[in-house]
Amino acid sequence: MLKNVTLGQYFPGATPVHRLDPRTKLIFLTGYIVALFLAKNWASYALIFFTLAAVSYTAHIKPKTLLSGLKPLLFIVVFTALINLLYGTGEPLYTFWIFRITRQGIHNAIFMVLRIMMLVCGTFMLTYTTSPLSLTDGLELLLNPLKKIRLPVHELSMMMSIALRFIPTLIEETDKIMSAQKARGAAFDTGKLTDRARALLPLLVPLFVGAFRRADELATAMECRCYHGGEGRTRMKQLRFSGIDFAAFSLCALLIAAVCVLRAFGL
Amino acid sequence: MDPIIKVENLTFSYTDVGEKPVLKNLSLEIERGSFVAVLGHNGSGKSTLAKHFNAILLPTEGRVLVNGMDTRDEERLLDIRGAVGMVFQNPDNQIVASVVEDDVAFAPENLGVPPDKIRRRVDEALKCVGMYDFRLHAPHLLSGGQKQRVAIAGVIAMQPQCIVMDEPTAMLDPIGRREVLQAIRQLRHETGMTVVLITHHMEECIKADRLIVMSNGVIAADGTPREVFSQVEMMKSEGLRSPETTELAHALRGEGFDLPSDVLTVDECADAIAQFLKKDKK
Repeated sequence: MLKNVTLGQYFPGATPVHRLDPRTKLIFLTGYIVALFLAKNWASYALIFFTLAAVSYTAHIKPKTLLSGLKPLLFIVVFTALINLLYGTGEPLYTFWIFRITRQGIHNAIFMVLRIMMLVCGTFMLTYTTSPLSLTDGLELLLNPLKKIRLPVHELSMMMSIALRFIPTLIEETDKIMSAQKARGAAFDTGKLTDRARALLPLLVPLFVGAFRRADELATAMECRCYHGGEGRTRMKQLRFSGIDFAAFSLCALLIAAVCVLRAFGL
Repeated sequence: MDPIIKVENLTFSYTDVGEKPVLKNLSLEIERGSFVAVLGHNGSGKSTLAKHFNAILLPTEGRVLVNGMDTRDEERLLDIRGAVGMVFQNPDNQIVASVVEDDVAFAPENLGVPPDKIRRRVDEALKCVGMYDFRLHAPHLLSGGQKQRVAIAGVIAMQPQCIVMDEPTAMLDPIGRREVLQAIRQLRHETGMTVVLITHHMEECIKADRLIVMSNGVIAADGTPREVFSQVEMMKSEGLRSPETTELAHALRGEGFDLPSDVLTVDECADAIAQFLKKDKK
């Protein structure tokens, strides 16, 4: 039952996109989102779509993979489309009950749906091509300046990476506890919803107790290895920007500039 | 040479409220470069003692000195922890990172070692425990013995002067146990680092330079494994066993056969009996 849990949906690979510094990818994604919100017309949407397509082609991520990732968002997409469609402003093309469908409404609905889909696909590109660990590293380094305003950046990223490290361990433990409970007659997947929820209690209690014990032991082990927070800490693996990163930055800047120009000329 | 760890009249109880102390007025010195095994039952206080060696626990009375530094001196805490590394029972709960080499790099990173030097330390440590080929693996996919060897490498990479291992084989299967003991031997052979091995497996102590038997918070016996194990009756009264060969020789002596009392290995025992039989014939 717990065998097929995947996390972060990372697809390992060696493409140029995979090799990019995680910081570059985070910055690129931010720029991409900015461009997406600046876009106002077909030309700029086409440009952004072309960027997305080029990145996913370089990263060997199939369009099918991206689209299947969108499935859980279907409701939100349809809902947004309907709201935009039914509450448009301007000259009504068609009216019934309290709804007016306008040219502006149709236009808004289409752009809104495209925007959401491209936004989500863009973030997928990040998580598909970056391991959660290097993502955490990248975030820590990018947020480093926030240490000045006393944001515990190092601690947060340490917590993230420990959480990632212990997820498989805890899944394994859950599996063990479930087997032990099943061996004594517990039923996790039969009965009414309330019964099933109740059956989870004897699973959660030992899991939590175990997690606390682990946390305690891990903290001691970390202290034994001279852990004393982020101060004076070095890293074995230094993140470094290379040519490919600068290429990505240039592309990102060009994209935003192009969208701005198109917006200004109202094409 | 001054001892690396010096315990002076250590008394410790977990609660202050007049409860029976876990360690009672215990004194001990660990020599540099020695391999010391501490043997004892559950609840004999051996783990509690080990936790005093790098200031995880602090003495209720008496004191513990590491390289001459009092473990109660908070300013020297990092120096103490850096000098005495510790390996625990459950390998899962000691591994911090999701990649083997990142985990081994954890301690040197904490100490602020420059990146290229960390790389070298990590590679050396992983080679020492025979896990170099697994450096890019995820720890949760390794076997128990492999995980424990990674944990040991993580401490070696800190380059301490002494490693304290608190029942490192207790949660492992026989193969994992053999791997870990092999790694300890390798470490001793390559670096001559001081090792304190806490255990309740009598066989793991045979190779040690010195064997300390703990019982109810005091030292019941202290000497070479040969000396300690030859006191078969004392071991029995502590609820521990000597190696079967030593026990056999002891039983035979009891029946009036003239055998040495300190045979340890099967070969020694066989030789001693063969020699006795030869003498007997004459």
